[in-house]
Amino acid sequence: MSVDKNTVRKVARLARIAVAEDRLDSMAGELNGILSWIEQLNEVDVEGVEAMTTPVAMSLPMRKDVVTDGGIRDKVLANAPKTEDGFFVVPKVVE
Amino acid sequence: MTDLINLTLSDAVDGLKAKQFSSKEITQAFLTEIDRSNPHLNAYVVVTADKALAMAEAADKKLATGKSVGKLEGAPLGIKDLFCTEGVRTTACSNILGEFTPPYESTVTQNLWNEGAVMLGKLNMDEFAMGSSNETSRFGPPSNPWRRKGSNAALTAGGSSGGSATAVASDLCLAATASDTGGSIRQPAAFVGVTGIKPTYGRASRYGMVAFASSLDQAGPLAKTVKDAALMLEVMCSADDRDSTSLHLPVPQWTKSIGKSVKGMKIGVPKEYRVAGMPDEIEKLWSQGIAWLKAAGATIVDVSLPHTKYALPAYYIVAPAEASSNLARYDGMRYGARVSGGGSLTDTYEQTRATGFGAEVQRRLLIGTYVLSAGYYDAYYLRAQKVRTRILQDFEAAFEKVDALLTPTTPSAAFAYGEKSGDPVEMYLNDIFTVTANLAGLPAISVPAAVDSQGLPLGLQVIGKALDEEACFKVGAAIEDAAGFNARPERWW
Repeated sequence: MSVDKNTVRKVARLARIAVAEDRLDSMAGELNGILSWIEQLNEVDVEGVEAMTTPVAMSLPMRKDVVTDGGIRDKVLANAPKTEDGFFVVPKVVE
Repeated sequence: MTDLINLTLSDAVDGLKAKQFSSKEITQAFLTEIDRSNPHLNAYVVVTADKALAMAEAADKKLATGKSVGKLEGAPLGIKDLFCTEGVRTTACSNILGEFTPPYESTVTQNLWNEGAVMLGKLNMDEFAMGSSNETSRFGPPSNPWRRKGSNAALTAGGSSGGSATAVASDLCLAATASDTGGSIRQPAAFVGVTGIKPTYGRASRYGMVAFASSLDQAGPLAKTVKDAALMLEVMCSADDRDSTSLHLPVPQWTKSIGKSVKGMKIGVPKEYRVAGMPDEIEKLWSQGIAWLKAAGATIVDVSLPHTKYALPAYYIVAPAEASSNLARYDGMRYGARVSGGGSLTDTYEQTRATGFGAEVQRRLLIGTYVLSAGYYDAYYLRAQKVRTRILQDFEAAFEKVDALLTPTTPSAAFAYGEKSGDPVEMYLNDIFTVTANLAGLPAISVPAAVDSQGLPLGLQVIGKALDEEACFKVGAAIEDAAGFNARPERWW
């Protein structure tokens, strides 16, 4: 499975990373280099093998369904590029 | 005064308790040394002098009264820039985090402060811990204090914890925190001649650690001795309700494993780690390690881990896939640097991320997005997770016969900057011996064992069973004893 220029453009859009048109080819080359190296995984017999989800088997801990945090609006906003009246200011989302 | 900075962490802690010197004195000694050396070594990206002195003063008060003295009371440490530190800029050395100043503290660092440790500053690393040479840092790489005999070429201190490694090896802190996703503690430890351990997945809380690949990331220390590493790890690890993958198990007293005999232990030597093109010196070091452990009374057993060669390719699916999900949060809206796209919201996202992420991070995010995209998930991610199970099964079979495994830490000594940055895959191969422990979630330690013919340090790795860090510390300490590694970099800075 090798990627072409169009695939890189599509993947870059999905990843929300702007990639200049004149870099698409070289990026496709780089990605293909890595992907062709990864292809060797096809040699492994994984028939009937469960996908690994956690290295050490354990059950998820439970806790009471109560509020444990909050009331820290100013801390949450402290690093925002732009705020106003206790809100994040973002580019127009709905036309 | 300068001799205070040469102390081991354990000796410094004892000296502080015995009031041979104050925390303020040793903290000031480190700050003076950092002032002098950091412009050449670039280990610290933030120095928190005022905070350090205030913490030292608080520690001295406790030491004076002898009440509620912590395990690390008054000991100055360096913190990898991946751990959120309240009120101190934390960027994982990425431009996209701008001047991000966390309003909260990571669990690992909080554990250190609870035991009285003093923070000297934040340490350099590869951007988001993605790299094996620290060349992807927004602040430029640190310099390995070691150089090849008769050469001035700047060498990498490894990655991603290159700043932590440099700081420990050049006495800019007593010990440092680090993190390991594919070898980021152990490879730098080997490259600078210090000890580093990655515990079993889940031992250390990931709360407040900037996420790279959540199923692989683990915090651990870099330290001057095996005992120091045990002391650091004891304090760093804890059960934490804020990390759902945190193991709710008591943290053992690992410092007590140091010095316990390895007599009767069975140590496995995996034949698949004898890779093609491995330098003779690495082979020699490995044989030497085997001989040392035999002499110490351990039995050496040949074992096979047949899926070893698939570990790195599996890693380069799992890690980028998880990174592409984790790093989706950097959109320039709630924190970090926003770059306006001029047009739509999507333009702003795309410009923010294209400007904020470096080339290697972008490459991995594209790989990750691709392998998770519709139609490819089964062929890549699911298959890689199944291969991961195979790798774990290899280890489980080996551990039926042996108590721990001995391998080299890296396939070479430290390399020069630029030597491996041309081909991403060649750089990735650095982690060939370390990445298996991440995929299987196992504890693994790197201990400095020798210098090569060019005068550069080399490390041996001990991989333990899940939850058996004790075996790593016992065998690691036996290697440390036998190796008597006391080489120091010749000061050029």
